[in-house]
Amino acid sequence: MRILQELLFIIAFGTAVYLFSTKVRQIRRNILLGRDEDLNDHPDLRWKNVLLLAFGQKKMFRNPLVAVLHFFVYAGFIIINLEILEIILDGILGKHRLFVPVLGGLYPILISAFEVLAVLVVLGCAIFLVRRNILKLRRFMSRDLNGWPRSDANYILITEIVLMLLFLTMNAADQQMQLRGSEHYIATGNFLVSGSLASIFNSMPDGTLIAIERTCWWLHILGILAFLNYLPYSKHLHIILAFPNAYYARLEPMGEMENMPAVQREVQLMLQPELAANEPAPEGMPKFGAKDVFDLSWKNLLDAYSCTECGRCSAACPANITGKALSPRKIMMDTRDRAEAVGRNINENGAFKDDGKTLLRDHITEEELRACTTCNACVQECPVSISPLDIIVQLRRHLVMEESSAPAEWTGMFSNIENNMAPWKFSMDDRDKWAEEMNQ
Amino acid sequence: MQIKTMATYAANGETPEILFWVGCAGSFDQRAQKITKAFATILEKTGVQFAILGKEESCTGDPARRAGNEFIFQMMAQNNIQLLNMYGVKKIVTACPHCFNILKNEYPALGGNYEVIHHTTFLQSLIDEGKIRMKEGGAFKGKKITYHDSCYLGRGNNIYEAPRKVLETLDAELVEMKRCRSKGLCCGAGGAQMFKEEEKGTTRINIERGREAVDTGASVIASNCPFCMTMLTDGVKETGKEDEVKVLDIAELIALHLE
Ligand code: SF4
Ligand code: SF4
Repeated sequence: MRILQELLFIIAFGTAVYLFSTKVRQIRRNILLGRDEDLNDHPDLRWKNVLLLAFGQKKMFRNPLVAVLHFFVYAGFIIINLEILEIILDGILGKHRLFVPVLGGLYPILISAFEVLAVLVVLGCAIFLVRRNILKLRRFMSRDLNGWPRSDANYILITEIVLMLLFLTMNAADQQMQLRGSEHYIATGNFLVSGSLASIFNSMPDGTLIAIERTCWWLHILGILAFLNYLPYSKHLHIILAFPNAYYARLEPMGEMENMPAVQREVQLMLQPELAANEPAPEGMPKFGAKDVFDLSWKNLLDAYSCTECGRCSAACPANITGKALSPRKIMMDTRDRAEAVGRNINENGAFKDDGKTLLRDHITEEELRACTTCNACVQECPVSISPLDIIVQLRRHLVMEESSAPAEWTGMFSNIENNMAPWKFSMDDRDKWAEEMNQ
Repeated sequence: MQIKTMATYAANGETPEILFWVGCAGSFDQRAQKITKAFATILEKTGVQFAILGKEESCTGDPARRAGNEFIFQMMAQNNIQLLNMYGVKKIVTACPHCFNILKNEYPALGGNYEVIHHTTFLQSLIDEGKIRMKEGGAFKGKKITYHDSCYLGRGNNIYEAPRKVLETLDAELVEMKRCRSKGLCCGAGGAQMFKEEEKGTTRINIERGREAVDTGASVIASNCPFCMTMLTDGVKETGKEDEVKVLDIAELIALHLE
């Protein structure tokens, strides 16, 4: 019986880990479909961002109340991994509470701390559910989230609550068995939360209690393994990717837009043709801007997989606030959807087979792209260091430079700049008229 | 008053302390010209030795780059850099946050390295040095002023305090809008939006912002950007309060109160 349980556990655990790592490899491959970008400069600043933005959740604290609740849930997640480690080892080795002899008096303190966290997680998740489903905050109601994304968020919150309740029930049954001096349930000392719940089980016979404890144990760990495999399909992936994403976050001032060396070179040759003599002939036609996920950088795709769909970006976006089609959150979700679709295509065909679709137009429309004021509010708000603006600009570059697609007013503005050195149709000679007026 | 160009200085074998980069709006837009003149007056009165490029100045390329037209941007930028480097320019002051941002952050990648200062920061340093002294009393005594953070100065470059410090020297009460500093709301002009109609929506961005500014009860909306100026002026007009609420650039406010 014992052996059978261990065997079952090892099979379940092995399968979960295998499935998870397969999916993780696919996501990694999908992210690397993006073009190269070197983001390894200034490691000191980058680690600082990991500490502040990912561990410290600095940006979350722009909204302190939510930040505190989120912090509980997040701390619960990080710390409870220690407890899960024990459960996994117990499962594989067929032991119970393996760490008791190792940790001694520290053990009940640690578990008590986990239990308190578990309660806070339940509380936090419950409030989050209320905010989403009863208070209906605007950013959770917008149409970007219709369908799967909205259920996804709810499933996660409910699962977390259930997992925590299983954990507490398991410990409560365990504590009751300890009180009864059961030989298999090693005396650990009192656990803060479950210790006070143990009395609920006073009247139950040993057999039932053991059944409850074991069932909770199995459901808890199977739940966690299932959750692990749910992650890569969910916005909840951010609990992992927030960390690398903070490391690779932009270090430049937000106002700075990325240079395009290819265009720089070309214009340089136009202005100083004498340089062209030493110039090697360019290989093939360079592409300007981005039309599909392949043209974006891997950081843009990492961004897309890290997005928590919280909508803080859209709630701050002036275009979104005033009812335009643009929603920076949707830009990120579209990018991820497209990367996933390309990934599935590769899984099926071995290599990407043209499916006649692209990120531009099939997911993101020109109207959305045109509405952006490049104000950086979305970048400022994003708690996981995502830049929707970076993607928007690259798509705009494709529209304008590859397709010459621009609103008529912009086309006029471009030619004014080219001909009159100003975006308006004024004579260059009038540029210092104001000064002449002052000089009189 | 004698506003000289870089060419004049160069002809005399001199270089001025700073180059005043006027920008297209500041040069051509009638309303923005007043900001330019106000700032030039302050420079003159405080004895800062400055020059403009005059007819030699060109668009920085900001609206083209933001709209996605990197070719036009590169053409403008590379020409400008050639000119600036030829004159040996070291220090640039500008009253436009878009010019400020692009000259400061984006020209270095193309070989244009200058110390670039936005006029609000420059005004603050003049105040700190005691070169600017304000009149007692003044037109805004006891009135409320609210300050609009431009995206390209605020979020873009993290400059939130200098303009506020400058405003504090006025005899007025500074009131904040609900959305201010890093949470500030765009005026709607950036990203080349200034040069086309807005996309369809429920309202226009400048109307939303104008309303928010008027709601503070301020009689002056202080701006730091010629584009914000246009947008907010229109926004205030929509609320029907254009007689009670004026939009003024920080340079204009200082010029009005200069001793
Ligand atoms: S940068 Fe563009 S997408 Fe981002 S908040 Fe501003 S307008 Fe919206
Ligand atoms: S981009 Fe950032 S702010 Fe926007 S929804 Fe995703 S995680 Fe939230």
